[in-house]
Amino acid sequence: MSHTPFIIGAYSIGAVVLLWCAVAPLIRKKSITRDIRRLVQIEERSRDTNT
Amino acid sequence: MNVKTEKISKPRKNALVMFIHKMGSPPWFYNFTGKFIPWFWAIFIVLAAWGLYLGLVKAPADYLQGESFRILYLHVPAAWMSLLIYSMMAVMSFIALVWRIRIVEILAMTSAPIGAAFTIVTLTAGSLWGRPTWGTYWVWDARLTSELVLLFLYLGVIGLYNSIDEPRKAARAACLLAMVGAVNLPIIHYSVKWWNTLHQGSSISLTGGSSIDPSMLWPLLIMAVATKFYYGANLLTRARVKLLEQDIRKAWVREVLKEKNG
Repeated sequence: MSHTPFIIGAYSIGAVVLLWCAVAPLIRKKSITRDIRRLVQIEERSRDTNT
Repeated sequence: MNVKTEKISKPRKNALVMFIHKMGSPPWFYNFTGKFIPWFWAIFIVLAAWGLYLGLVKAPADYLQGESFRILYLHVPAAWMSLLIYSMMAVMSFIALVWRIRIVEILAMTSAPIGAAFTIVTLTAGSLWGRPTWGTYWVWDARLTSELVLLFLYLGVIGLYNSIDEPRKAARAACLLAMVGAVNLPIIHYSVKWWNTLHQGSSISLTGGSSIDPSMLWPLLIMAVATKFYYGANLLTRARVKLLEQDIRKAWVREVLKEKNG
């Protein structure tokens, strides 16, 4: 029995799981930053209309 | 008032206590930890590349297991991390419950997905190593089953934390579960001694030496150190993002983003 597919399979799954675990918070950060910018814009617009 | 009495009435604060106090401040924590993250990632990448090169290319094949033993350079450090992260999470949960420090709560809760990821890697890599070595992907052996229970505990902590809307209440409930789940850690560690298992006992000991040849041991130790830096970088990244999420309407978040964008 060749062991190569098992080695490649284990490292591939490991790489995908750990890469996703590292990238997921960065994607979340991007969406939060976008939300904050939108909030600031809404607040600035309402301040402008009030003055 | 003379100088002597003034010194007695105003005791100087310890530098470590001052540092801990500062770390409790979200903007200070956000800015301070941000400096370390790129370095942690860089060290992780260098060490992982070096460890994988030694383990996959330089180390000789095992006389009994053949080439399949190379999976252990992923499986063993991941298994150590799954236990270490849960221990850290349980300790931080205790601190968070007793002293009610929000940053520690966040650190405990953001540890859970990283620990779950390492547990998934441990179980899948172990399963793929088991097929050519034991002739089966899975057995309901004490070590394997208790490691699977650890994954369910991680998922339970993540699920409980996300199921309650108020973050502080959610963290308190999940911290309690994390602490109770710590009872599984000695079961995992001693399972190979307490029960007759298919999973072999440990080949490496901090006190009694190791039964592995140094050419095979060093890549394993390098990978073990590399995964610590992965945890450090990932934990700090997740904690900073969670702080931004929780403090989205606070002034410091806007100031930090304004500074970053110029």
